Amino acid sequence: MIAFGQFLEVFISGLLAGVLYSLVALGFVLIFKASGVFNFAQGSMVLLAGLALVRSLDWLVAKGFPMWAAIVAGLMFAAVIMAITAFLVERYVLGPLVNQDGLILFMSTIGVTFMIEGAAQFLFGSDVYPLRLFPTDAWFLFEGSFPGGILVSKIDVWGGVIAAVLVAGLALFFQRTKIGRALRAVADDHAAAQSVGIPLDWIWFVVWLVAGLVALVAATVWGTKLGVQFSITFLALKALPVLIIGGFTSVPGAIVGGLIVGAGEKLAEAYLGPFIGGGIEYWFAYVLALIVLLMRPQGLFGERIIERI
Amino acid sequence: MRAPADIDISAGETILSIENVSLSFGGVRAIRDVSFDIKKGEVRAIIGPNGAGKTSMLNVINGFYHPQQGRITFKGQARAKMQPHDAARGGIARTFQNVALFKGMSALDNIMAGRTLKMKRGFLWQLLRVGPALNEEIAHRHRVEEIIDFLEIQAIRKVPVARLPYGLQKRVELGRALAMEPDLLLLDEPMAGMNLEEKEDMSRFIIDVNDHFGTTIALIEHDMGVVMDLSDRVVVLDHGVKIADGTPGEVKSNQNVIDAYLGVAH
Amino acid sequence: MLYRETGQFKTSYAADMAIFPIRQDRIALWGLLIFAFIGIPVMDAFQVWPLRGEYLIRAILIPFLILSLAAVGLNILTGYCGQLSLGSGAFMAIGAYGAYKFGTGVRIPLEIFTIDIPPLPVFWCILLGGVMSAFVGILFGIPSLRIKGLYLAVATLAAQFFFDWVFIRVKWFTNYTSSGSVVAPDLNFFGFFANKPIEKYLVCLVFVTVFALLAKNLVRGNIGRQWMAIRDMDIAAELIGIRPLYAKLSAFAISSFIVGVAGALWAFIYLGAWEPLAFNIDRSFQILFMVIIGGLGSILGSFLGAAFILVLPILLDQVPHALGVPVSVETVSLLVFVVTGALICWLLIVEPHGFARLWSTGKEKLRLWPYPY
Repeated sequence: MIAFGQFLEVFISGLLAGVLYSLVALGFVLIFKASGVFNFAQGSMVLLAGLALVRSLDWLVAKGFPMWAAIVAGLMFAAVIMAITAFLVERYVLGPLVNQDGLILFMSTIGVTFMIEGAAQFLFGSDVYPLRLFPTDAWFLFEGSFPGGILVSKIDVWGGVIAAVLVAGLALFFQRTKIGRALRAVADDHAAAQSVGIPLDWIWFVVWLVAGLVALVAATVWGTKLGVQFSITFLALKALPVLIIGGFTSVPGAIVGGLIVGAGEKLAEAYLGPFIGGGIEYWFAYVLALIVLLMRPQGLFGERIIERI
Repeated sequence: MRAPADIDISAGETILSIENVSLSFGGVRAIRDVSFDIKKGEVRAIIGPNGAGKTSMLNVINGFYHPQQGRITFKGQARAKMQPHDAARGGIARTFQNVALFKGMSALDNIMAGRTLKMKRGFLWQLLRVGPALNEEIAHRHRVEEIIDFLEIQAIRKVPVARLPYGLQKRVELGRALAMEPDLLLLDEPMAGMNLEEKEDMSRFIIDVNDHFGTTIALIEHDMGVVMDLSDRVVVLDHGVKIADGTPGEVKSNQNVIDAYLGVAH
Repeated sequence: MLYRETGQFKTSYAADMAIFPIRQDRIALWGLLIFAFIGIPVMDAFQVWPLRGEYLIRAILIPFLILSLAAVGLNILTGYCGQLSLGSGAFMAIGAYGAYKFGTGVRIPLEIFTIDIPPLPVFWCILLGGVMSAFVGILFGIPSLRIKGLYLAVATLAAQFFFDWVFIRVKWFTNYTSSGSVVAPDLNFFGFFANKPIEKYLVCLVFVTVFALLAKNLVRGNIGRQWMAIRDMDIAAELIGIRPLYAKLSAFAISSFIVGVAGALWAFIYLGAWEPLAFNIDRSFQILFMVIIGGLGSILGSFLGAAFILVLPILLDQVPHALGVPVSVETVSLLVFVVTGALICWLLIVEPHGFARLWSTGKEKLRLWPYPY
């Protein structure tokens, strides 16, 4: 029973950590679907959003504003920063690169990544900034069934709830709003969408903005968990294997992929780690993605690619 | 260029035969039970309305698609599942409906790339690029220059192909296919998007390739005038089904063909 | 007026296929090589400015040469064959640790017998490090047969993170040193001991010159055309008889070999003693940026890109200093991020072939000067 309790504990904490990967992966999928751009900068956007939030928050609190007002203002400030970023990226990088090869676009987002990382730390500082938005203590569940119960950290649960709300919100946005429909049209066929009068640059701005806001949400959870710091960008990189596993074009894929990676790496660390050396969390997701790639190149949920000439 | 000696144009020996080939993608049946043959030395046209399965047919012939049913015999050998590069090795060359050149390379390098299969020097020789490797490179350059002369594209040999106008790109692509010295040359709409003058040039090249080098040619073309003038025999596809096969004259007067092109109430 | 090729008629295809068909370029190259092989050692011997002290050689020229070599290696894979790799750091590490193991003796006890290789001379160690890297490169190149572009980038990230971990955690590679840091063996190249910076510089220069020449031979020959054909349109490449398996894996092998040799040189000659951190993902990005900025698909560009990436932080440090604006070290490092990123985006927009293409466009203009066309 102890063994099973431990397994459950690891599994649940893995799933909940995976939700965070899903959050970042969602941002990737949004941009990829709408513009075919594989946005390497998503991780750096999490960093930027987190820094903007935590620094403005601290400043406002120091000025004597009540906490709730500081949080609202901080979130709005960070959202504005993300909007400016979205505008600049669309206007000065991706706009001029329209119709370029996918690889060129990808490399340009690596360039964007470095610009955002440099600028974010230049503007907001490069230390570790603690963020306290959610409780960080833990619950002990099923104490009756398992000795000591199962430890579930509250912040992880918050992360899960927020991710669920976000996905629901995005689904509504895409299904019900006019701009959501336009986005789906653009995702289907750029030229056709343009021909019925959908302005592409505006759409891409909106997509980058939405991805920026998703990054902000991810930053609130991650920032609370780990503090806002540069290494968040490395965690966010794990969204790449998540996407490989889930498939680049699928929102459910991003979510399931995140859960698989989160649970998989925690379980591997707990049960394989002792045999082959600790720290395998560091690469587990990538190697798992590699294996999936070899067996199912389009990912678990992606569409099969038929080549034509 | 010199004509391969072993080809006798008049012999009428079959080089490729397609027997009862069917191909489908998921539920879409692109080719249904089609049979025809191509004889050594002839110009064989494949025509039909849009979506008739012509390009799919070429893709089947050079191994890019694998038909679910049917038999393909090339140069007397029935073949199982083969990869496109095996087809190339067997002597099938191809040009594409939408030019498929290597955009980052010069016209010369594109055509040189067509000599890949003929170049035998191994890795270490290429690394050192002296003696036999250099001689081989020069010998192939000679052959490629002959093709360049033949196609009259001397002036653009060092220009990256992406910068060339469409008509010239088509010519370079033909050059690349010729560089392979194929036994069977597949041309997918070689004159699409060309003006009258360019069409005349291209027709002349096709006739010359067929006459002087004895290369067997299978071509897809929409311009009926071109098809009637160039080809020895014509096969007509419609909705993946063969509806006629014969000399241009026979095909022109075939009622099925007229219906397919003009449309009749089904 | 100087840069004219009028009157230089090629009378053979061999002359037309030379690396530098234009005479002025050939003269410039020979001049550069003579300067690098003779001029710099002489200037060093007499302590002529700017070679006074050892700073320039030790901190700029040696890293420049080695990282240029790594960039040449990556350029073969990414620039010529079109396969994006974010794992160059890992392949450098494999070269470095491979060379280290061969340099200190390899002993693997197996069931029936024991593989026991005595410590090898440094020269062979460095090449064998490259061979190890080539093997691993082929292994991680296998997915490229089924997947393309971005997917492959993630596969190479897997290599990066996996080998970061391997060299930290698997103590066998570091000969069980407690700190995980290892020290290179003596740099004895067939009796030539490279101890002083100028000697190390010469060793690097020989390696880089030879490898760059061989790489140039490959990319302008049959195999190079196969790589570029795969890069530009893989389907059409296959239809003219190129086997993707051979073309892609050969690019992976050769690229990884060169990157591995660069890694071994970096560890043995530049660092002397090192930790796995020396080859982390930042190194991968650094080399990728050299390739993008210098020019995808250009051997010359690899050198230009390496020079730029190395000089940029120094410029950003020195220029505000000279203008009397004090800038902290940290600010400089952040500025380097921003400027590099911006430059990458700008180059991809205006000239995806990087400095090398700007250079050749400039030469084109010079040939026609003073006429615009």
